Amino acid sequence: MLKRFLGGIHPKDSKEYSSDKAIEMPPLPNNVVIPVSQHIGAHCTPIVKVGDKVKKGQVIAKSDAFMHSPVHASISGEVTSIAEMPHTSLVKCLSIVIKNDGLDEWIEGIPVNRDWDKLEMDEIRNIIKESGIVGLGGATFPTHIKLSPSKDKNIDVFIVNAAECEPFLTADYRMMLEYAERMVTGVKIVMKLLGVSKCYVGIEDNKPKAVKAMEEAFKGTSVEVVSLPTKYPQGAEKMLIKVLTDREVPSGGLPMDVGVVVQNVGTTIAICDAVVRGIPLIERVTTVSGDAIKEPKNLLLRIGTSFKEAIDYCGGFSKTPEKVIMGGPMMGFALFTLDVPVIKGVSGILALSSDVVNSGEESPCIRCGRCVEACPMGLVPSMLSILGERHKFKEAKEEYDLFNCIECGSCVYTCPAKRNIVQYIKYSKAQNLAQASKK
Amino acid sequence: MSSVTKVDENKIQDIKAKGIEGQEIKFTVSTSPHIRCDESISKIMWNVNLALAPAAIFAVFYFGIPALINIIVGGVSAVAFEYLVQKYRKKRITAFDGSAFLTGLLLAMSVSPSLPPYMMVIGSFIAIVIAKHSMGGLGFNIFNPAHIGRAALMVSWPVAMTTWTSFKTSVDVVSSATPLNILKQQGYGKLIETFGSNTEMYKAMFLGTRSGSAGETSTILLLIGGAYLLYKGYIKWHVPVLMIGTVGILTWIFGPAGLFTGDPIFHMMAGGLILGAFFMATDMVTIPITVKGQVIFAVGAGAITALIRLLGGYPEGVCYSILLMNAVVPLIDRLVKPKKFGARG
Repeated sequence: MLKRFLGGIHPKDSKEYSSDKAIEMPPLPNNVVIPVSQHIGAHCTPIVKVGDKVKKGQVIAKSDAFMHSPVHASISGEVTSIAEMPHTSLVKCLSIVIKNDGLDEWIEGIPVNRDWDKLEMDEIRNIIKESGIVGLGGATFPTHIKLSPSKDKNIDVFIVNAAECEPFLTADYRMMLEYAERMVTGVKIVMKLLGVSKCYVGIEDNKPKAVKAMEEAFKGTSVEVVSLPTKYPQGAEKMLIKVLTDREVPSGGLPMDVGVVVQNVGTTIAICDAVVRGIPLIERVTTVSGDAIKEPKNLLLRIGTSFKEAIDYCGGFSKTPEKVIMGGPMMGFALFTLDVPVIKGVSGILALSSDVVNSGEESPCIRCGRCVEACPMGLVPSMLSILGERHKFKEAKEEYDLFNCIECGSCVYTCPAKRNIVQYIKYSKAQNLAQASKK
Repeated sequence: MSSVTKVDENKIQDIKAKGIEGQEIKFTVSTSPHIRCDESISKIMWNVNLALAPAAIFAVFYFGIPALINIIVGGVSAVAFEYLVQKYRKKRITAFDGSAFLTGLLLAMSVSPSLPPYMMVIGSFIAIVIAKHSMGGLGFNIFNPAHIGRAALMVSWPVAMTTWTSFKTSVDVVSSATPLNILKQQGYGKLIETFGSNTEMYKAMFLGTRSGSAGETSTILLLIGGAYLLYKGYIKWHVPVLMIGTVGILTWIFGPAGLFTGDPIFHMMAGGLILGAFFMATDMVTIPITVKGQVIFAVGAGAITALIRLLGGYPEGVCYSILLMNAVVPLIDRLVKPKKFGARG
């Protein structure tokens, strides 16, 4: 019954480093650095100033723009600085530094205990918005916008993305085992919001324990837990929708165009916390792993904790890391410093030695076609890389569907000529966008 | 090795003492993805060479020392020419990645074992320097280099290229025509007569105990090599199966005594078809990049082969058919693209 998506690859999942490690909460950091932009959309503006005393859960930055998500203090203490600081994906970003007062006090009114079933829909949406919830899989799209599709989209399916197809990452996996109850509530809330009766939880079959745990947790509900064949990028939204519903998101379209909304495991749990207990998004589960980490772990980290502290808590490095990555090894960002804060989209902190990231020297394309076979989007990645190399950006866009690329990296993974195809594609996209904005 | 580890440990302790200062270690920063499969060009190329080894070794045993010399001369001269060209053009030296050796090996295997070695050297010069590097090197050549080398030798020394030897016994080397030659010049009846019976003929063609180019005679050993490449995923089944199948069907339909009187089994094993279909028509550089394109390529090459064999002046057409189809690959690649996600409905 399950459909397959074309293409894809089978990298070693490397989840054994951290899959059996229960989620731990390290001691609170002395300082947290909270960037005003941790989501897709408008940057927020700080509404506190240096010297202010803030409490856990207090809004410290917000925006009037439609596409935004507010930012909250993740510890109680004093604002010591507001300045440009290193950021995981933006390189630099205005950030608010809070010095821990050791009290870990909630701001007044939190936590609460609500009967969510009695809340109005708009009330729930507003709670989700005010709680600063964004897609925690890594894309950080503001969740309240995703949960407010226009009426004409006829949403009839909700999908929980529990594929966790990136190697090394086990945060979603641990959450499914340990936070199943909250996840069930979160899923129910979203289903009610969207007015759908059909919901799938898609889990790759390399996580049989999670499949079992979810089947038990969702027993007696209309939610269907589906074990999916392990194949990267199974967790890419469009692939997941194709496999579970046999609907194909049109090129350039969104899941809602085919009546589907997708949320990640962590996001559903954050929704439960926000709606039921009034707790905004101030912490997240992050996998700290990789062959260069001494004791890989799954950590519950306050937003703003530095990568350095998280890695220190895991015993530091066991060998010299060649790369430190935010996110997974297929789509994550390589960092130049450990002095960056954990933000809402950080699903993993990986330290990989040269044994794992040895990329080899790039050669010209030998046209082997492995990338064409691996591309889940039906593109010719080899041509896109060649056109990017030769600065033929327009041709890449018009004749080779440049913008259909989801940058999953399957082509690069499989390329025997070690070509940096995704790099050429990102470059070509940027050049095309620059060209378009000039006009 | 142990000293290296020690240095690293010191470095780590140093870092830990300073509390892992980000500045202490220089991290590599690059675009995702950060992990890659362990395939490489040289791994693929040497595996193809390995897949050719059984047939090449058989050639040495069956045709003797001249075949051995040609294989060594072909492989070594091809690598040497590639090395010199890259040195001269101040390019990265990739002469030892197996692809130049493969070209030389394929050239040696697709010419008569009795070809004088100096001609082999010239053939591999044309293959490597003209067909491959004047186009820009590996990945940029439009035509299969080994086949260009062979075609150049064919027009330059037609007699030497069509003088065939075969062992009748372990000591006597006899000059004899290839089965396709006999078919072309004397007809199907004479062909069967030469071998004694149909069964004997098929047996000789299957095992390789017949005259022909050095590496093309043993169907079974070439199939073993092809199966290895299929198993490793370096070639797809479409190309060899469709090319050989097309030749079989067309030669069966257009037989010597009217429609459906041909001998497809003979034609599929004859000449350089098995060698060409598994090892030349699958050369990733010179064939279409999509499976659909490869299907067109394979059927086209098979049809041209059959056309040349049945109607052309030459008894064999594998080399030219592949070269002709090579020429239209850029066109095929422009017209045949995979269906993109989101437009498949």
